[in-house]
Amino acid sequence: MARTERAMTATKPAPAAHPSGDKRFKLLDRAINLHQGNGHALIEVLHTAQNVFGFLEDDVLLYIAHALKRPLSQVYGVATFYHYFRLKPAGEHTFILCQGTACYVKGAPQLQKAVEHRCRARFGETTKDGKVSLLTARCVGSCGLAPVAVVDGQMASKMSEADALARLNAWLGDDGKAGAP
Amino acid sequence: MTHDELHEKAEAERARQAGFAKRVRCCTASGCQACGAGEVHKAFEVAIEQHDKDDTIEVVPTGCMGLCGQGPLVTVEAPGGEVLYEQVTPALAGRIVVEHLQGGTPVAEIVVDTSVPFFAAQTKIVNENSGKIDATRIEAYLAAGGYAGLAKALGELQPGQVIDEIRASGLRGRGGGGYPTGLKWAITRKVEQEQKYVVCNADEGDPGAFMDRSVLESDPHRVLEGMAIAGYAVGATQGYIYVRAEYPLAIERLKTAIRQAERQGLLGNRILESSFSFRIDIRVGAGAFVCGEETALLRSIEGRRGRPRPRPPYPSESGLFGKPTVINNVETFANVAPIIRNGGAWFAGIGTPKSAGTKVFALAGKIRNTGLIEVPMGIPLRTIVFDIGGGTPEGTTFKAAQTGGPSGGCIPAAHLDLPVDYESLQAVGSIMGSGGLIVMDSTSSMVDVARYFMEFSMDESCGKCIPCRVGTVQLHGLLDKLTHGDATAADLELLEELCVMVKETSLCGLGQAAPNPVLSTLRFFRDEYLAVLQPAERS
Repeated sequence: MARTERAMTATKPAPAAHPSGDKRFKLLDRAINLHQGNGHALIEVLHTAQNVFGFLEDDVLLYIAHALKRPLSQVYGVATFYHYFRLKPAGEHTFILCQGTACYVKGAPQLQKAVEHRCRARFGETTKDGKVSLLTARCVGSCGLAPVAVVDGQMASKMSEADALARLNAWLGDDGKAGAP
Repeated sequence: MTHDELHEKAEAERARQAGFAKRVRCCTASGCQACGAGEVHKAFEVAIEQHDKDDTIEVVPTGCMGLCGQGPLVTVEAPGGEVLYEQVTPALAGRIVVEHLQGGTPVAEIVVDTSVPFFAAQTKIVNENSGKIDATRIEAYLAAGGYAGLAKALGELQPGQVIDEIRASGLRGRGGGGYPTGLKWAITRKVEQEQKYVVCNADEGDPGAFMDRSVLESDPHRVLEGMAIAGYAVGATQGYIYVRAEYPLAIERLKTAIRQAERQGLLGNRILESSFSFRIDIRVGAGAFVCGEETALLRSIEGRRGRPRPRPPYPSESGLFGKPTVINNVETFANVAPIIRNGGAWFAGIGTPKSAGTKVFALAGKIRNTGLIEVPMGIPLRTIVFDIGGGTPEGTTFKAAQTGGPSGGCIPAAHLDLPVDYESLQAVGSIMGSGGLIVMDSTSSMVDVARYFMEFSMDESCGKCIPCRVGTVQLHGLLDKLTHGDATAADLELLEELCVMVKETSLCGLGQAAPNPVLSTLRFFRDEYLAVLQPAERS
């Protein structure tokens, strides 16, 4: 009787530390334990993983699939279904352009063109030197201040082309060759 | 906490507030924060620390004050009345403290005239506390009459009576569908199941809509209270709020609010020493528009891909984890506590007989006063656009108002006198939607707008059913051809045919409503479509 009890507690959460010794997995474990390793918490756990690792690499997805006892196909399916999850590393800086209706009416498409031209990368991509990731958001809900961009996590309102280019120039350097191969 | 303690806490906070002769309320919702409200708030604290030696001025960080286009906004309460300031900078904050709070003369150049229709024509229920109370302190909500609705429900009403009140109020779903809330709750209540759920849809995905963000940032406890009342009414013990990841501040404030409510015994086990227990957990979305559809949202809470399923069975009978689930949006829940507090008849007296209460709209686009407004249902569209919104900017003329986002339609100038309620909007091919109202002026091309919305629906289609997955791509291709001037009359005919097909055969609301922007622009702005056909095809 005592033995079975011990065996049962031994199989409960507390997954073994990741073999790589990477401390970040401990943070991930904490999120998994918080939900008692329940598969329903997959999206919550993926959020934590992305916060901790910056993006979702294959190894992390495998680890999560094991911990939550979900098939890897399902974990991968969820990670790719939602726009918010990134499977590639992000650039040093992020520039998120809002594409909501108000921003659209107030000139976001022109802004998009100018930014893409400057970075020599499309939205959804990262510049070749890994400095800037260009992303779009559906609507950040600050429509009164359109057009809006989220620049390194900070909301920037009534963004003009000049504003956007000034920020990009500061990141990419003024040589204009930032994105060149 | 007992009922008496609740009362005492509210009294204590009111007494504390009365201890200050003057008050500075700084908007710290995300709109104003994007324009530097954080620094303005700090500047006030520093200046008051410096000048206010006998502690008569309180600085309160609050939620949204509505006029988001002119932020950062600050309200000063001083003897002689309330004054609203716009575009406040840290330097101006110093001047306000010295000249207004100490000197008694408002800083005239940034004072907002609050007698204009933008403020005067509003009726506030959902936003009654918005911009007035500190959203991060439960005491502030209690002092404003918070949780009195929950206390009344638990202390005086049977669950069935709560539902009767909601039914009597005529409250309808504010997420866009307009389904009677009381009826929804009654169905869930009737199903005999041990476990039931209450889910709040805060996945405000419509571009151009920010009402729910504002409520969550400005008055999060109101939503929790509404959910708890719903839980009591239908017999649920667990609630979930599904919030978009794009709203970090709303998530943070909700987390704080839930923690505070649990500590005060207003959520958790044996609420207000009754036998009713209710917990609320947050689930953060991950950027899929389709998750605003209820069955897709429930899947997402279960940790799966957000793909809709056919209804029936409706979530009221078989929802989250297959259990009966009440699912309403933020604004609907925000109306619940005032209804219980003041009675269903009070609420039914506002608005129109079929659409009771108020509706919050997010005004944006080519309009002078952008921001958040709350108006009684049935108000003419003209009043919203021209009186409250101040009309289109100098030198342009109004062309259309877009409601309902990618699922709605454009309402042309000819229908400006339309009363804004569920049925009237539907009659002209648009929908109430969740409340985004975007004004387009003479510079906006309607074909381009239709293409924009179709691109949105195409990207956001989950891919489960063919009419939506393939249809939206084809429709987008045709609209693209039109905007490039390469389309023929046959293309236009095909476009119309395909719209009807996608609308009638798609599985969920996303696909069924995706053609709406095209159909409504075709109905009212057909000449614009004809004008961009190949020259030989124009007739």
